[in-house]
Order: sequence, then C-alpha cells, then structure tokens
Amino acid sequence: MDLHDTPSEAQFRGDLRSWLAGNRPGATDDDAPSPTEVLRDWSRRLYAAGYSGLTWPVEHGGGGKPYSYQAIFHEELARTEAPQHLGVIGLGMAGPTIIAHGTDAQKASRLAHVLSAAEIWCQGFSEPDAGSDLSAVRTSARLEGSHFVIDGQKVWSSYAHIADWCLLIARSDAASERQVGLTCLIVDMRSPGIEVRPLRQITGEAEFNEIFFSGVEVPVENVIGEIGEGWHVAMTTLLHERGTLGFALTASLEVVMRRLIELARDRGATAVQRDAIAREWIELEALRYTAYRSLSDLMKTGVPGPEGAILKLQWSEANQRVTKLALELLGSDAQLLAGNAPYGGYWQYQQLRSRGNTIEAGTSEILRSIIAERVLGLPRSR
Amino acid sequence: MDFSPTPEQEELRAQARAFLAGSLQPSWDELAELGWTGASVPEAEGGTGLGFLEEAVLFEELGRAITPTPFRSTVAVVLPALPPDLQGEVARGEASWTLATGPLVQDLDTATRIAYVGGDSIWELEGAEREILLTNDESRPLGVVTGGSAGRRLGSSKLLPLLRTRSLTSLALEACGVGARALELAVDHANERIQFGKAIGNYQAVSHPLATTLVELELGRSLAQFAAWCVAEGDDRAPVAAAAAKAHCADAAVAACERSIQTHGGIGFTWEHVLHRLYKRALGIQAWDTSGERLRAEIADHLLGGGL
Repeated sequence: MDLHDTPSEAQFRGDLRSWLAGNRPGATDDDAPSPTEVLRDWSRRLYAAGYSGLTWPVEHGGGGKPYSYQAIFHEELARTEAPQHLGVIGLGMAGPTIIAHGTDAQKASRLAHVLSAAEIWCQGFSEPDAGSDLSAVRTSARLEGSHFVIDGQKVWSSYAHIADWCLLIARSDAASERQVGLTCLIVDMRSPGIEVRPLRQITGEAEFNEIFFSGVEVPVENVIGEIGEGWHVAMTTLLHERGTLGFALTASLEVVMRRLIELARDRGATAVQRDAIAREWIELEALRYTAYRSLSDLMKTGVPGPEGAILKLQWSEANQRVTKLALELLGSDAQLLAGNAPYGGYWQYQQLRSRGNTIEAGTSEILRSIIAERVLGLPRSR
Repeated sequence: MDFSPTPEQEELRAQARAFLAGSLQPSWDELAELGWTGASVPEAEGGTGLGFLEEAVLFEELGRAITPTPFRSTVAVVLPALPPDLQGEVARGEASWTLATGPLVQDLDTATRIAYVGGDSIWELEGAEREILLTNDESRPLGVVTGGSAGRRLGSSKLLPLLRTRSLTSLALEACGVGARALELAVDHANERIQFGKAIGNYQAVSHPLATTLVELELGRSLAQFAAWCVAEGDDRAPVAAAAAKAHCADAAVAACERSIQTHGGIGFTWEHVLHRLYKRALGIQAWDTSGERLRAEIADHLLGGGL
C-alpha cells in the first residue's frame, strides 16, 4: 500500500501540469459550457500531446499506460478546471467496445479518429420503452443482403447532434425477446433516414437528443461482435462506462466542492451549514480514496468490477446535495438567473443539472440492485 | 500508486480473524505471543518491527470480533508516548496501558498501567483507585480513577495530537469491522429467511437499504485506510483524515447495525443474538472521545476558517 506516485507517475504528473499551464483553454467570462469548436480544438491538442486514450493499447494509437495515469490525468484536469476531451463517448465507451469486440477493419478505420476528436460518437441504447430495462429494445435491424435496415427510435443520446458515429443496439431477430436476438452496429450519423431532435431539458439547454431511424441502411461489416450477440457487446460498453468513470466523477465533484468552499467563505455560513459542508467534504474524500481502491483492483484484474456502481451512486447523490447546499447559501439570490445571478448562474445550473445524475448512466435504483446482487450476493429481484 | 493491502497484510487479517473466532476473550499474553502487542515496537525491544498499517488490520479485526481487550488503549493511544524499555514490556505482554484524559477512562478493568497528562508531560499514574462503571457496551467498560501520584515521566505532552490522531483512526477502523460484520449477518439472514414464499432479500425494500449500507461502509473503509496510511507515513494530512474517518465510520457502523437489526426482525431485537453487542460497540465508538458533530466543526474550521 503506497499512495505516493511512482517516479514515472510523478514525472508524468509534472509534465502534464506544465503542459496544462500553457495549453488549457482560457476561462470563459461566464460559466457556460465551452462551445463545441473550442472543445474540438482542445481535444485535438490533447491528442497531439499524447493525452488521448492514455490506457488504450499502443497498437490502437493509445498510450498503453496503466490506469493510474488516467487517474492522474483526471486529477490534474480537475485541479486546473480544464474541460474534458469532447469525445467522451468514443474514448470511454465506443472505443473500448471496438477494441474488445470489433474487427480489424473497424479498429483501423475508427479508433484513431476517436482519439483525435476528428470523429465524435454518440450512443444509441435507451429507447422510450427501454430505459433501465435495456433488454426491452425494439428498434429493428432487418438483414437485407449485404446491409441491415434500421427502423426505430433512440432517446437520451448525448452528443448525437454533433456526432459522426453512433454505437447502436437493435433487435436483429424480430421474433426474439429480452437479451437474445440483439445486435450491436456502428452507424454513420450522416446516413439517409436519420433525424436527430434535441431534447430541451430542465436546465433549458439541450445536451440530449432523440434519434429517429427510418429505413437507414448499415453495411453488414459494421456489426460489432456477432449478429445476435449484441447484449454481450453492450454489457462491455456499460462496464467501461461505470468502471473507468470513478476518477472523472471525483474530479468533477472536487471542482464543485472547491467552489462551494469559496461561496461559503464569500457569503458566510451558519453552524448548521458549516456542518453540512464538512459532511460533504468528508464524502468527497471518501469518494476519492474509494476510487483509488477501485483503481488498485482494476490494475490487478484488468476488468472494472461491480464496485464501480458504488462510485457512480455516491457521486450522483453527493453532487445533488452539494449543489443544493450552495443554493441554500445563496438565499433569495438562488432564484436569479444568468447575468443577474451570483457567479454567473453557475450554481443554479449545476443544481438543476444534478437532478439528472441519479437517472443517467444507471439510475440509483438500478445501481442499488446491482450492488445488492453482485457485490452482496442477495437474490435477483427482477 | 497502490491502495490495496499487501499479501502480508491480507495474511495477518486472515490469521487474526481465525484466531478471534476461536478465542472470544484472549488474554494479553496470548496477544503478545501472536506478536500483536509489539507489532510496531522495534525488534531491538522485542517487537516485530511492523507498522501502523498492520496494527490497522488488528484494530479492525478486534472491532469485528468485539473482543474485550486493552489493545486499542495500549497500542493506538499510549504506545508512542512510552520510552523504549516500556515499549518492550508491552511487546512482551508484561504491561498494558490506558490514557486518562477525561473523567471517564477506557479499559480500566484490564489495563495494568495508567498514563495521564500533567503540565508539559505525560506521566505514569501510580497508586490510583479505580472504579469500574456499568456501561452499555459490556465489551469495553469505562471507569474513573481517583487519587494516585505521578510516577515515571513517559514523554512530552507535545505527543498528544499524535495520540489523538491515532486514537481517532483506530476507532474508525474498529467501526469498519463492526459495521462489516453487522452487514454480513444481515445479508445471510436476508438470503435465508423465507416470507411470502421467497427469501426476503428478493424484496428491494430489504435489499436496497443493505446496498446503501455497503456503500457507506466501503466509503468509510477508504477514509479509515487513508487515515491509517497517513499515520504510518507521518503525512501532514493525518489529523484531518483521522477526524473525517472517525466522524463517518462511527455513523456508518451505527447505521449498519440498525439496518441489520431491522432486517433480522424480532430475532435481531433479542439479547441472545450477537447484533445488540455489535450495536452497542458501534454506539460506544460514536460516543467516545469526540463526537462526529464536533469533528465536523473542526473540519469546517480547517476548510473555511474560524466560525461565525
């Protein structure tokens, strides 16, 4: 047990720190998310400097580094509040899925573009009637000669409005039910028959989209894994979504916590509020060191364990509590928006956005069931 | 960066768990023979020359087994204040210690010697009368001392912040052990107990609170392990890490016991079942020394500067 950086980790951290000091995008006047083009340029620079896909195999253009380097990367990004690579779905989910299940041709044609942000990915998993129960997917993939014809609707797809590619799960066997008869495909988002409609959300912005597929033709060579084995492929994707996210989540909460402490210093806090702030700081520390423990296990086994559910569950609920605490500190000013709001409306936005945290990427209820069944060994409740 | 236990620490844990399962009230001699009392004592003084991370394993396992022993008072609290020859006595099982800092003193029934703070030093208290009081947690009685006089000077009172940090960390580790065992009992029961034709663990009203318990305990384990690592390394963050760990872990252990009692239903409410003893230890940890609320006030001062 040693929490110190190894000499080579320390070297990497030092280099990254100097690089970030000279390269991170300038802070915007307000706290609005950076525009896509700024992020795309930033992502390209991350790639050029060798910071994209740190843990990906070298043969696929990655850094071939142990997971601890990815953790250091997230920590240092959070320290300077630099934005993430724009291609989070590609880097964290679609890319690892292609590496695990894709053909050589798919690897050769897509992976480098994921790293460089030349191609942005979205995910076509959830449907109006398939949310927590992903096996209820009804979007159909009908094989006609050398291509599949896709018809159906996907929803809650982040980045679909700017995406070049979609990692899609669809029902390739019309007579099948549940987990069987599903197939994973990569779909060119510029194909005829695709319509993307943004979903305006509780914050007023539109991060998510609906994707409508009508008669969209996808070549058979775009199948990932075997036809009919899509469930297995999708589980790889979700394992990566939950497994490697712990450090990114901790890092984002760290930024929010730092700002909460500034807010409390600026505006003062009652004894009860100070107690709540200390409580949330303790929870953040706990999250950080749990991510360390989870990372140490990941580095030994190579596969993220079900414990990743603990990190996501804890982060989402902590983020909701922290942002609500900030609004409480703001008092009546918490009602103001944008230009009139203190801190440019940062807290009002963060608090509303946080309500999605316990729903997206596995609801808290689903995560508790995963923990109960796979970590504690209780019977399946479904 | 590696935040997982070494194979040797895993081995120690397995040995400790097996021993404590078969020995509910081990003598101080037995703990000395196992090398536990001298785990961090230098080999030259008869110890085994290990460190706080190994002792951390023992605090957790002794908590889990709710073993009545002055181990925590001696090893976590007093040991670093003792001169080498007295550390050797502890390693050989010839002495155990407790520190009298307030009106109530832990382990007065079992500790052979008493330390106290006077002026700028920590002293041995000699010839004091001990009165043992009835306590909620029978495995860890409290008492009061009266009279007595200063014996040998043990060390400087400048050591007190270190002793406090070690004490808080060891309490957090004990709480991890207590909470984990309460949760395991709940999971076993939820898997075995059939109602309405199914094991009750099928019902999310039962399983989800247990999932929440696991999350709280795992977070607590991370805090306690980090505090232990800081103590072992002499890291500057140790005092705050220890306060955070004790505040969180005590609450998590109490909640784990309460949810376990609820999961067990009526049987969990009986005197025969072990749960009430775990629960009372958890409550004892929560109440001892510095409350979670006070620790959080200290952390708030650290983060935000002084109070209003």
